[in-house]
Amino acid sequence: MDFLMKPTLLKDKKFFTPGVIILILLAINAIVFLAFRFFSGLGSMTNLNNQNPWGIWIAIDVASGVALAAGGFTSAALGHIIHKNEYEVILRPALLTAMLGYTFVALGVFIDLGRYYYIWHPLVMWNGSSPLFEVGICVIIYVTVLYIEFIPIVCERFIGKVKLIASLSFLNKPIDSLLRFLDRSLSKTMFIFIIAGVVLSTLHQSSLGTLMVIAGPKMHPLWQTPILPLLFLLSAIGVGFPMIIFESLIASRSFGLKAEMHVLSKLGRMVGPILGIYLAFKIGDMFIRGTFVYLTEINTQSIMFVIEMLVGVIVPLRMFFSEKVLNSKLLLFFASTLTVIGVMLNRINTFLVAYSPPYALKSYFPSVGEISVTVGFIAILVLIYRVIVMNLPVISLPDKKLVHKTKYEIIGGSK
Amino acid sequence: MDRRNFLKAAAIACTAAIPAKDLKANEKFKIDEDRVGVLVDTTICIGCRNCEWACKKAHNLSTEPLEKYSNREVFENKRRPNNKALTVVNQFYNPKNSQLPIDVKVQCMHCDEPACVSACIVHAITKHKEGPVTWDSTMCIGCRYCMVACPFQIPAFEYDKALQPKIMKCDFCIDRQKEGKLPACVEICPTETLTFGKRKDLIEIARDRIKRKPNRYSNHILGEHEVGGTSWLYLAGQDFSKLDFPKLGSDPAPGVTESIQHGIFAYFIPPIALYALLGGIMWINKNKSGEE
Repeated sequence: MDFLMKPTLLKDKKFFTPGVIILILLAINAIVFLAFRFFSGLGSMTNLNNQNPWGIWIAIDVASGVALAAGGFTSAALGHIIHKNEYEVILRPALLTAMLGYTFVALGVFIDLGRYYYIWHPLVMWNGSSPLFEVGICVIIYVTVLYIEFIPIVCERFIGKVKLIASLSFLNKPIDSLLRFLDRSLSKTMFIFIIAGVVLSTLHQSSLGTLMVIAGPKMHPLWQTPILPLLFLLSAIGVGFPMIIFESLIASRSFGLKAEMHVLSKLGRMVGPILGIYLAFKIGDMFIRGTFVYLTEINTQSIMFVIEMLVGVIVPLRMFFSEKVLNSKLLLFFASTLTVIGVMLNRINTFLVAYSPPYALKSYFPSVGEISVTVGFIAILVLIYRVIVMNLPVISLPDKKLVHKTKYEIIGGSK
Repeated sequence: MDRRNFLKAAAIACTAAIPAKDLKANEKFKIDEDRVGVLVDTTICIGCRNCEWACKKAHNLSTEPLEKYSNREVFENKRRPNNKALTVVNQFYNPKNSQLPIDVKVQCMHCDEPACVSACIVHAITKHKEGPVTWDSTMCIGCRYCMVACPFQIPAFEYDKALQPKIMKCDFCIDRQKEGKLPACVEICPTETLTFGKRKDLIEIARDRIKRKPNRYSNHILGEHEVGGTSWLYLAGQDFSKLDFPKLGSDPAPGVTESIQHGIFAYFIPPIALYALLGGIMWINKNKSGEE
């Protein structure tokens, strides 16, 4: 590394590219379908029914969304708690992904709720025995924590540079002092939020697995196990770094930047062992409960299980242990993508494929509307990510002027 | 920041993490010994479906006139209770006498330890100590987790409503019961298929019937032990799995979920311990990197 890295706004890049225009069209498409959902009820545009009350909005937008935002807490644990300074360049992008990811998880829940306007009820009406309650409360607090963790980035950008349009210019000073106040107080207390973020994540990542335990015999035995919460937590930790690698490589390509290969391959080196532990628990559980017998039947469930394990865990596990993969941008991207797909598949399998209600006439498959909304939400998320990294210092670039590192240390990260 | 400040702030963070609650959640909900139930004797039912009509009337649901319910064509397809009918009768082939099909009324079983109550995010579903399991419209957020949780797949949702969609399920005519009346279906049943009474008495009656006519009944009271016991009990002349009942064990419906939840959150000790552990690691590592 010749130059020190500094989080920089990518404001000289072009916002509109052909890809961005496609994303905008996908977003508009989702909004059209959402209008149906809000004016004519969930039944008008989803394939949900009394047998299959949950669809891809829960399995992908919420369950996979939470898992794929795990990069936020795994990187915080690595960078802030274990305090490895060399990973600093990935902390802000990972934080931004987690923040946006969880925001869209909340949006996913919002549109899926039959009575979305009562979304605040769990805050005041508590049921401690419900894992969904725990997931809900943890996600609400964690989203808040993520936004708080993001404040210093906003402060760094705008302190001393608040310039509102003429009619609002009298607010310049108060806003500036507010930012300075936030920056000062957060720099002393940030560690509280960072630790809280990691604790909250371990709690709800695992409770997300507990959710389906209550479905009992309605769940296929290949996935139904009392250690589902542990498996969900391990797979979330496992997908954290691959997700960071995945998006870092996409972002650097999209903005024409040099990929941070030295950091990314170090991250990749840690993925193998974590996936190994996950695989060991998964297979151990299979043998203890004797569920491998279900693999001899050929049906949707057994095929999906094999794909999930092979493509999503075993192949990337082997790849992350290979030096060649760790040092090749393309192969590292491929291995990370497989892990991301694997965890998504696991969530979809657990929430939808494994769930076979006793009186279903036909199995659930998402409607065009459901798919459009899910795809559209992802598109909007990517667009917001692009807007933010172009206007706030998130992605680190080499800076020739820098000599000292302290200047851009994450506020609150140390003294 | 020095060590004292760090510890002070960490302590504040910990106490803030404990909501003042849940210590009383351990007080076990006491169910009434004299709770009521209904015994459904499927060997008596003639499939007149008057109960379906009475149920709709009692719950202000739109219905055809009672005469239309003698139409037997509805039995061609198996039906499930839904948002427009809280109870339905299905017909099954009788291996003992093909001329006399078996009719089975289906509705919420009113479990003693209901999965829906345990699952509901806001406690909108309540198990009353007198027996009924009811749903509260003012609390429900429409997440439909109760439908995922129910082992009998009973709660139904009004998917066609944009505002205030309801979870629809049999409420055991709790309002009628409060007025001293029988549940609507029990009241109208012309054949005494449905017997309303204290659950413990109903089990006695059911055992007695099985003892007196062992050829007529299979020796199994469905709901006596299933998922920890249900308020509604069934007698049949053959295996219940042939009558579309799910095969369920005797463990309470919420299963291990509650043990997992209460294990992770035992007085908030595990999360706080994790918080303290991470705080310690952070402190040590920060000092280490400071010394370098």
